[in-house]
Amino acid sequence: MATVAVIDYGMGNLHSIEKALKTASAHTDVIVSADKDTILSADRVVFPGVGAIRDCMNALHNTGLDDTIKQVAKDKPLLGICIGMQALLQHSEENGGIDCLGILPGNVVRFPKGLKDSSKNKLKIPHMGWNEVNSLKENPLFKKIGQDERFYFVHSYYVDNVGNDITIATSKYPKEFPCALRFKNIVAVQFHPEKSQHAGLQLLTNFLNWDGQS
Amino acid sequence: MGLAKRIIPCLDVDNGRVVKGVQFVDIRDAGDPVEIARRYDKEGADEITFLDITASSDDRETMVHLVEQVAGEVFIPLTVGGGIRTLEDIRRMLKAGADKVGINTAAIFNPDFVKQAAERFGSQCIVVAIDAKCVSAKGEPKRWEIFTHGGRKKTGLDAIEWAIKMVSYGAGEILLTSMDRDGTKIGFDLELTRAISEAVEVPVIASGGVGTLDHLVEGVTKGKADAVLAASIFHFAEFTIGEAKQYMQNHGIEVRL
Repeated sequence: MATVAVIDYGMGNLHSIEKALKTASAHTDVIVSADKDTILSADRVVFPGVGAIRDCMNALHNTGLDDTIKQVAKDKPLLGICIGMQALLQHSEENGGIDCLGILPGNVVRFPKGLKDSSKNKLKIPHMGWNEVNSLKENPLFKKIGQDERFYFVHSYYVDNVGNDITIATSKYPKEFPCALRFKNIVAVQFHPEKSQHAGLQLLTNFLNWDGQS
Repeated sequence: MGLAKRIIPCLDVDNGRVVKGVQFVDIRDAGDPVEIARRYDKEGADEITFLDITASSDDRETMVHLVEQVAGEVFIPLTVGGGIRTLEDIRRMLKAGADKVGINTAAIFNPDFVKQAAERFGSQCIVVAIDAKCVSAKGEPKRWEIFTHGGRKKTGLDAIEWAIKMVSYGAGEILLTSMDRDGTKIGFDLELTRAISEAVEVPVIASGGVGTLDHLVEGVTKGKADAVLAASIFHFAEFTIGEAKQYMQNHGIEVRL
């Protein structure tokens, strides 16, 4: 049976992601682990996250899992979720500026204050709730998922300057921003597939079926 | 098209059963929470909120178990409130599968608790629940204060100032209940909702008083709420969540259908 490791670096709730992965594929063994060898021997790896980037990076440094993730990123299918996506980039301006893992190009920036929608209503921060995801190109992660399908977001920072070649989907708040990235064997999403009902489960199924190459 | 307004059914749980009272008395049994959560998920609820209304220590165990069960099969955000007083309470609920916790009374007695909770778990999972009542006399400019104990105890705290303070302490969302309207089915306190929503940067969930689908629409259009919460109109199957969303969409509100 194929295995997927969910990296447990002591941040947030892994129960939901574990249950969602189990529901997404009956043919995959889901292992929540903080152990380097266990993670490195899994077929696929999920790097989840909630909370703030400083805590996330500190936890990764303290556990040594930052090196594990860098190793995984070389050749194994890897899915970063929310802070797990942001941490893969170069730098985040959250918490006064924090260097991230530097695996993907681009930076993490805050939604500016005073945003308005087209009817001049104030847009709240965090960007919280179900927003449309527009996939830009055919890719394995969004197989069987309709264009403009809604996913659940909750974040105040977003990824910027990642380059068009690795952006596979965008969302709007109110400006368009990248919400899904793909670089070789690495995919990353800003929204929470584990909280996005059918569409989210389909995305997780797609990841669990993906070889990291196609 | 962009972010959808959310519809959040709320389950008041007492001793493992969903109940709903009118202004906190006259409690009617509305059924099994897991079954109801499952139904709401199918109908297209955007989130589900569980409110532990007795919050005795025995009940806490029941609640943890309930959240675990629901989180194992319902893949939408879950919020748990009622009796959340310590960081350990929060940790247990998040570990059981809750995505957010609602803090109410504990925030009033110890505002720093909200700060600590947001620092430890992140603002995204800290919802501060505000129970407000209008205290201004007729003819005076409207003013609302925070009440505790199901609306019986006055705290002297101004609702708008309190909301601003809680957001500055790290609340990621405000769950605003009008104690004048709760259980009455005559609609949200729209002035209160709008005043709070315009005063803070974070999303505001309007609660208290929904009796018709028009009330949900008004909560968004006039109250400027980012999400609307209701209990009895869904529990007793007066309307399905799907009907409510369709109705809102027909009235020009963006929803997830």
